[in-house]
Parts: sequence; structure tokens; C-alpha cells
Amino acid sequence: MVVKTLTGNYAVAYAVKLARVQVVSAYPITPQTTIVEKLSEMIEKGEMNARMIRVESEHSALAAVFGAASAGARAFTATASHGLLYMHEVVWWAAGARVPLVMAVVARAIGPPWNIHVDHQDIFDQRDSGWIIAFAQENQEVLDLTLQAFRISEDPRVYLPMMVGLEGFILSHTMAPVDIPDQELVDSWLPPRRQPYVISPDTMYSMGNIAPDEDHYMMRYSMAAAMEAAKQVIDEVDKEYGEVFGRSYGGLIECYKCDGAEYYVVITGSWAGDAKKAVDSLREKGVPVGLVRVRFIRPWPRERLLEALSGAKGVIVFDRAVSMGSVGPLFADVAQTLYPLGISMKGVIAGLTGVDVKPGVFEEAIAGFIKEAEEGPVFVPSEWLLPRKYRGKYPSIPREVIAR
Amino acid sequence: MILMTAEAYPVLEEPKTFFLAPLSKPAPGSAGKTGTWRTHKPVVNLEKCTGCLLCWLYCPENTVIKLENGKVAIDYEYCKGCGICATSCPFDAIEMVPEV
Repeated sequence: MVVKTLTGNYAVAYAVKLARVQVVSAYPITPQTTIVEKLSEMIEKGEMNARMIRVESEHSALAAVFGAASAGARAFTATASHGLLYMHEVVWWAAGARVPLVMAVVARAIGPPWNIHVDHQDIFDQRDSGWIIAFAQENQEVLDLTLQAFRISEDPRVYLPMMVGLEGFILSHTMAPVDIPDQELVDSWLPPRRQPYVISPDTMYSMGNIAPDEDHYMMRYSMAAAMEAAKQVIDEVDKEYGEVFGRSYGGLIECYKCDGAEYYVVITGSWAGDAKKAVDSLREKGVPVGLVRVRFIRPWPRERLLEALSGAKGVIVFDRAVSMGSVGPLFADVAQTLYPLGISMKGVIAGLTGVDVKPGVFEEAIAGFIKEAEEGPVFVPSEWLLPRKYRGKYPSIPREVIAR
Repeated sequence: MILMTAEAYPVLEEPKTFFLAPLSKPAPGSAGKTGTWRTHKPVVNLEKCTGCLLCWLYCPENTVIKLENGKVAIDYEYCKGCGICATSCPFDAIEMVPEV
């Protein structure tokens, strides 16, 4: 074990090295680039026994690692934003083929206009593809989640690819002390690669050929079954990892100051850290508020959330992405999960396109929601929390903004 | 389509959850008798055929059959009637005849 000061991106690279990945392929894109730069350096120095495949696009990058993984190699790629969108077709292919694979996604806004700063729109765009999708809060967790991703993805109960999300710049380019586990310990914990089939000239199988519609339907059904199984696997892996490496995060969700809480914040990603500061401040003022950080967007932690929030009087959800014409994706899932509880709920759309949301802004929004909910039932699916310089200067959606 | 099992690949670990992979193995007529798709059928004039096997090489469906006498025949069960064999034949030995 050694502690180094690492950026989130380097934390990914060290985890990939520790997992003894054999094939890496990627196309540079901010803020991901330094992950594969570091891996390239490790390979070049002979510290890592892997092949780096240079490609002309992200579509090809994922196709290359997907091919390598189908042929039996432990493979890795990383991307962000427009790169991830360019990959989108292959994202579905990899999941549908049931090929274990790990990809780091350094969350970044989608243009136009061109923008390299963080929001969660790119990763939520992959939500329905059949990948397991996790989101880290800090650099240490980035390393731990990346290592765990290989274990989860290659579990015979799962056999689905996995994305590890980390926020662009906030984690990717910010340095923090990271505990790097010993190679021997990782080797003893992470089994050799497992996967459901290997395509080679000997096996003569082809993947993805035309199939009867009914069989295709059943493949979807089997992916859904694997997602359900993954919930258990994720919680197990988190616990085991804690026993071996001394760090556990709560598996699918992390509960923060949930004891004695009556109101809850639900959030995902690194800005959960800022929301926690707001929770701390409110707790000091005697407000009974806790926070649930969703660590896995897929599979959706329905049971764990219901359990954690069963005693809640109200829940406020912060989304750093939005489904245009509808609500925030996190709110949509929280609302369908908590529907039977019939409690107050509010969805807040904030921090899109890199707009900074400080603890004070969180605190104001949370306190405002609690005040409303104390007065009577609240159900607001999407409230746009505009950037400070525009707040109060524009009408609210939907009512006043619609021209008559 | 096949349900993958450990028997098929003993070196790999069997999926523990209900599992169906989009895998297939090449087999004749995996999409049924594709010969019924045909509107024109290739007819080989064996007197003109020199056995150069260009049609056999070009046929995208493996439905040109090599005969023992060095010449060719068509597998009408699966030939879709695309006409590539007729186009590729340097000796005009294959004629596309409308199906009735």
C-alpha cells in the first residue's frame, strides 16, 4: 500500500494497471485524455503488460476494446461528452453481447456551445443501454470503483459492461491523496478474467447475427435479470472490498447523516460533497435532514432507496442532467421508487453545463423545500435553479414562460 | 441462436443468471429456404462453362456448387437469384431466367 497524490484521472489509470488490463484503446477528449496518456506511459515504460490500440475515433475505440474483450482479454477504454455520444451505438452492442468490459466516463457537458465543464448529461444519455453505471464522489472512490468494476462486470451472475463516472475537472484534474493497494493484494482479490463466451477462429461463433424477434426479446429479458442480480453483486463486492482493502462505501447507495433525518437529499456524483456540507450546516441549525448518494444509476437501487427513505417526510432530488421536455433523470427514478410512500418530493435541475453550485445554494434550496413541505404536501417534478446572475430575472417554467 | 452453457466452453464460467447471448454458428439456411426470395434464377449452360470457378468465388451465398467434373451447379434451395454469378462469368455461360 502506498499513498500518492493523484488526480481522479490518474486514480483510474492506477486501478486499470492494478487490474492487469491487457488491451487499452481510446481517442483523446478533454477531460478524459490524461487517463489514457498515463496508461500509455505505463505501457511504454513496461510497468504494464498491455497493448494500446490507437484509433481514429471513439466509435472505433469502444469497438476495439469490445473486440478484444470478446476474444478473451481484459480491456478498458475511457471517454467523455461528445466522445461518449459518438460511441453510443457500440455502447449498446457491448451490453447486448454480454461482454464484460470497463469504461471510465469523465462527465462533461454536451454542446453546442462548446463546453468542457462538468454535468451529467453524457452519462445519463447511456442510461438505458444495459451498462452498469456508477458515479464516484472523490478520487479514492474513483480508484476503488474502477477496480471493483472489473469484479462486478466479470461476475457470472452479471456479465454486463460497466461505466465508472467521475466528474470532469472536479475530480479528473484535481489532486487528492489516494491509497494505492498492493498488486499482490489486488491479484488475490480480483479473479482471472471470466466471461460467458470467447470468440475465436476455433469457436466459429458469430455475434449479433439476425435473430427471431422472440429470441431477441428474451435476450433483453436476460439482461434485465442480470441487472437485478447485479444489485446483490455490487453490495457484496463493496463489502468484500472493505474487508480486504479497508474501504467500503455502502454499495448501491451511501447514506449520510440519515440517523434521525426526516427530510432527505438524493443526489449523485462529486457535487454530493457540496450537498453534504449543506446538510452539515442545516444539522447544526437543528434541521433533521440527511442525504442519500446514489452510487449506482444502473442497476437502479430501488430496494435500498425504499429502505433508506421509508421514514422520510420529504425528499429533494438534485439533477445535473435533464430529459428535455420532461424532468431530471434522477428525479424520475426517485419518484417512481417512492410513489408508494406518497411523500413530498421536489426535483431541482441545477449545475448543468458546469455551473457551480456552492454549499450555500444547496442549503437555501433544501431549507426552502423543507419549509414548503412542512406547510403542506409538495410535488414539484422539476424546478430550474438558474445560475445566480440570472436568478429572478427570468420567468419560471412552465407557467409564466409560455407565450399566449 | 444458442443458450450458452459451460459444456459448450468448458474453460469458461457458466453464467449464474438466466442468460441468452446473441450468438450463432454458421449453418445452411439459418434464415430459412432463401431460394423462395428469387425472382430470376441462374441457369448454367454446361457446354459453355469452362470450370474457371469465378462464379463459385463470387457467389455471396455459397450456392454455386463445384461438381466433380470441374464444372458448376446451383443450389436452388438457397440461391436468392442476385445474378452476380451471371455477371461474373467471362463466358456468358450463366443466364438469368425469370421465375414463373
